[in-house]
Amino acid sequence: MANDAKIDRRRMIALGAAATAGAFVPAPVLALNDTQARALITRTVDDVNKAIASGKSGSALYADFERIFVKYGDVPIIARSALGVAARSASSAQMSAFTKAFQGYLARKYGKRFREFIGARFEVVGARPVKTFYEVKSTAIFRGQAPFEVLWHVSDKSGQDRFFNLVIEGVNMLASERTEIGAMLDRRRGDLNAMIEDLKKAG
Amino acid sequence: MSTFRNTAGPLAACVMAVSVLAACEAPRPAPGSVYDPYEAENRETHEINKAVDAAAFRGEAKQPGPIGQGVANVGHNLGLPRMVVNSVLQGRPEPAVKNTLRFAINTTLGVGGLFDPAGYWFNLPEETTDFGETLHVWGVREGAYMELPLIGPSTERDTVGKIVDVLIDPVGHVLSGNDLWVARAFRLGARSVDRKRYGATVDSVLHDSADSYAQSRLLYLQNRRHKLSGAAASDETVFDPYEDPYGE
Repeated sequence: MANDAKIDRRRMIALGAAATAGAFVPAPVLALNDTQARALITRTVDDVNKAIASGKSGSALYADFERIFVKYGDVPIIARSALGVAARSASSAQMSAFTKAFQGYLARKYGKRFREFIGARFEVVGARPVKTFYEVKSTAIFRGQAPFEVLWHVSDKSGQDRFFNLVIEGVNMLASERTEIGAMLDRRRGDLNAMIEDLKKAG
Repeated sequence: MSTFRNTAGPLAACVMAVSVLAACEAPRPAPGSVYDPYEAENRETHEINKAVDAAAFRGEAKQPGPIGQGVANVGHNLGLPRMVVNSVLQGRPEPAVKNTLRFAINTTLGVGGLFDPAGYWFNLPEETTDFGETLHVWGVREGAYMELPLIGPSTERDTVGKIVDVLIDPVGHVLSGNDLWVARAFRLGARSVDRKRYGATVDSVLHDSADSYAQSRLLYLQNRRHKLSGAAASDETVFDPYEDPYGE
């Protein structure tokens, strides 16, 4: 009897620990852990800070951001997801042309946006498992202002630790790009090749 | 003297706003989704707003100079009493106290709000809130998406919130005549300084998007839900593209 009580207590402690650690994470075991996810984003954020502080502007700065995206982000999955169902019927040549145009577009678009963070410092402040991946939280700190939150979604399902989404103050990059790419495709009446040409100039 | 100068007016307005919203049968939107039954009208308003914005602001983002920054500071400072009222109505003493301290420090040490010593020296940034949030705390649903003339993206709940915010604003009860108009001019000034400062982002959404209406709507709703519900709101919208690459 005493033994049973002991096991029960242990089980309760384990359950309690699991609940506080991550809460309701579904069964699949993550190979990626908290430390690795944080490490990836710490390196990413360091490079972002360096790019912002470099004083570069225009295409030189966007080239830096494109390198950061390609190095730490899973660009193919981001591109595929942004294209949505249209990716199904795309040929592999179209997919690679789209992916290449998309990464340049993202670098220009987010490069412009990150320019507004001049004078700010990004810091990694925490990580937690969400559904099937890790979410790493970073904040941009401006003196005298409330910190600005950027969440990075990290997965190792591509075979390497990579981020595949950004959530800036609640605004989900994948959701936003899916809307935008969908609208660009509509404007070209679904002509993917024409849309890829537009994308090379967009952002 | 308008009837709203005494307290019965705004209180009645509050009660009315809440009962109107409670009666409204708007469905609760699914997480991450958009409820936009007025899309056609909203799109018309959006085109007008975009034209106004292009005429007034479009161009390079600009960090404000000392005068612009001063105007913005005064304008923001005058918004604090209203935020304190809202925090109290929400039953949140901490932001109420912080914003009260911030207002006291910036109005005195900061020379009528011209400077921001509370933010710089005392780590007391503005704890932004409004009556739309108060309605959320009271359990009122978001309602339909709306784009308001000149103001921009909103929801039914936030629109009622904006109206009530004007009515319950302590600044409007303390100041009158010219003083009140000067205060309003500073509030408007602060808005345009902010528009310039975050110009690149706004330009990119309003003037560079393929569908700027859909893009502003998504950004507003996601950001607003995040502000009101925190991580719970973003957790509901996350998805794993490795499991669902086409987002079906």
